Amino acid sequence: MSLIHQVKSLIAKELILEWRSRYALNGIVLYVVSTIFVCYLSFKGGIQGPTWNVLFWIILLFASINALVKSFVQEPAGRHLYLYTLASPQAIILSKIIYNCLLMLLLSTIALFFYQVVFSNQVQDLLFYFLAVLLGSISFASVFTLISGIAAKANNPGSLMAVLSFPVIIPLLILLIKFSKNAMDGLDRSVSYDEIVILLSLNVLVIASSLVLFPYLWRD
Amino acid sequence: MTKNWWKILAAVLLIYSFIAGLLVAVPRLPILHETIRNLYFHVPMWFTMIFLYLLSVINSIKYLSSADEKHDFMAVETVNTGIVFGFLGLGTGMIWANFTWGAPWPNDPKLNGSAISTLMYLAYIVLRSSIDESQKRAKISAIYNIFAFPIMVVLLFILPRMTDSLHPGNGGNPGFNSYDLDSNMRLVFYPAVIGWILLGVWISNIRYRIRLLQHKF
Repeated sequence: MSLIHQVKSLIAKELILEWRSRYALNGIVLYVVSTIFVCYLSFKGGIQGPTWNVLFWIILLFASINALVKSFVQEPAGRHLYLYTLASPQAIILSKIIYNCLLMLLLSTIALFFYQVVFSNQVQDLLFYFLAVLLGSISFASVFTLISGIAAKANNPGSLMAVLSFPVIIPLLILLIKFSKNAMDGLDRSVSYDEIVILLSLNVLVIASSLVLFPYLWRD
Repeated sequence: MTKNWWKILAAVLLIYSFIAGLLVAVPRLPILHETIRNLYFHVPMWFTMIFLYLLSVINSIKYLSSADEKHDFMAVETVNTGIVFGFLGLGTGMIWANFTWGAPWPNDPKLNGSAISTLMYLAYIVLRSSIDESQKRAKISAIYNIFAFPIMVVLLFILPRMTDSLHPGNGGNPGFNSYDLDSNMRLVFYPAVIGWILLGVWISNIRYRIRLLQHKF
């Protein structure tokens, strides 16, 4: 089986598994929505400017850590062994990253929609803000996938996931907040090109190093 | 003796940099005044930290390709020593910032970046302590080390250049070469950097050998 074929069937497997149980998906969507609602009730007077933007990213950060920590923890060890005999490690990590990107994209779109309904919309350049959210979903997915694989091997995956991923995600998060703030203020689009280029190249770097490193993590 | 010449060199260079760094005349610059001498102590800490982390990544790569425990020991001990140098760099920087910028922790991208990279390596230590089996621990921590290093490089060297920073060489501020290092200062600064790097390697080498002995007996 070629790599692309393997990746396709693995993504299909992930989607079917998710669709059958659905509790993970529903749980994480509910998590985001209720977090936003808690924030709404806590900030009674509504929020303005930078706080609006930063709060959205913080909510998304915690939601994505909770959503992606399970990507390796959830599966029983036996299934790992079974997959090992069927597919190459590169295909497995690539399929996980792509699946997590899709999951994050869905999650962040729902989050953005609900956030704008509850806290009134303050984004002037909505298309570019959505591009920031899209890039953010890809970044979160690509960074957290390998880290959840690392955390799954340790004793206490839940808390370790946050400890390991925060320092790694912060540079990306800083860029994302800057980029989305530019879009929010409706600045000229050319202002954000630097951020977009660096974010994309960081993602390429992270995905490439995941592809190189995952075979070592996998072999156990 | 032939193997240990660099340790003697480290000691000589450090003694020289302490004496010359505190006594030799420095240019009188506004705001900086005498605190410019901290350059000989603050900046080498960061150079040493980066150098030790680089050594650690190299050893982690070697571990993944050879599965030889020695490389893992070297990787973890260079990180341990690097963290100490990182804290020393933060400490000396905070003292310096207090006198020149008016606060020990101004909101500066380079400061925040170095604090985050310290967190990254503390996370590496936490990861190690949460895995019991030694081979698994070595492998997984090596993977995290290699994964985190390029992001740390971006954090410390690329992001600060994009925004305004109080540090020289960032956000349009000129680098070292243009104004704050005259040729006299170079004569002290470069030996100090080499001396501190050699000291860092020396400390991690001793800790590595202790770990090797503990492992054997």
